[in-house]
Amino acid sequence: MSVRVGVITFPGTLDDVDAARAARYAEAEAVPLWHGDPDLKGVDAVIVPGGFSYGDYLRCGAIARFAPVMDSVIEAAGKGMPVLGICNGFQILCEAGLLPGALIRNSGLHFVCKDQWLKVENNTTAWSSRYELGAEILVPLKSGEGGYQATQSTVDELEGEGRVVFRYVGDNPNGSRDGIAGVTSANGRVVGLMPHPEHAIDALTGPTDDGLGMFLSLMDEVVNA
Amino acid sequence: MPKPEILDPQGQAVANALPRLGFEGITSVRQGKHFELEVDDSVDDATLEKIAETFLANPVIEDWVVRRVEA
Repeated sequence: MSVRVGVITFPGTLDDVDAARAARYAEAEAVPLWHGDPDLKGVDAVIVPGGFSYGDYLRCGAIARFAPVMDSVIEAAGKGMPVLGICNGFQILCEAGLLPGALIRNSGLHFVCKDQWLKVENNTTAWSSRYELGAEILVPLKSGEGGYQATQSTVDELEGEGRVVFRYVGDNPNGSRDGIAGVTSANGRVVGLMPHPEHAIDALTGPTDDGLGMFLSLMDEVVNA
Repeated sequence: MPKPEILDPQGQAVANALPRLGFEGITSVRQGKHFELEVDDSVDDATLEKIAETFLANPVIEDWVVRRVEA
């Protein structure tokens, strides 16, 4: 069977092309989804890619979450559809209430653009099952508002339930609470992270191919469902 | 405004800049947002609160207050 992965484009999205390419590398069919169209076109999963949707006006992701396509994504996620938010996509999923917490300005105030080591802390989600627990992966991080923040009780809940999927290795690049780089929903189907696995799927164009595991994980999840 | 327990790196940067500019005695700065909405009489306070809570502010990290001012 062909696995269909939707990739949303908002005004200001940048990384939809690479996200679609990553899906194709994992031998999925990448299906373009448009912010103004609520039709999810029968996809098996959705990627909300990075960029600067709506120019980051108001707050990063705050306007994108009200796009017609997001109503459909929120509804589908509620029924268990796997959803991956990368960078601005992570910010959008937090604003939409699909993931807890929020992303704020980096603690150093500067935009950070570098290859970043991450530790895999949960390999049971729909998007991380291909990794070994505790594995360290190298993927690009490029964001100005990547500081993960949540109330202490929310952080305690995430840590207690093992819902931190990725954590920064070494110096905390952006002031995220507990060095959190990515989190998952209670059911492990929705994952968001600030770094960019879709830019690290081929050693020709990225620092590694470590990011491909996320898209291969999804293939396992959908095919075995 | 960012909640008290939420890190405010922009406010901290402003606070750190003030002594360099010769302004002493400022112990803390928090940076927030201010919106001015012009509304007609049909918009009640409950609607304004809903706009603030669901759109203008992110209640996960921000506190907000609505103040109605007569023109």
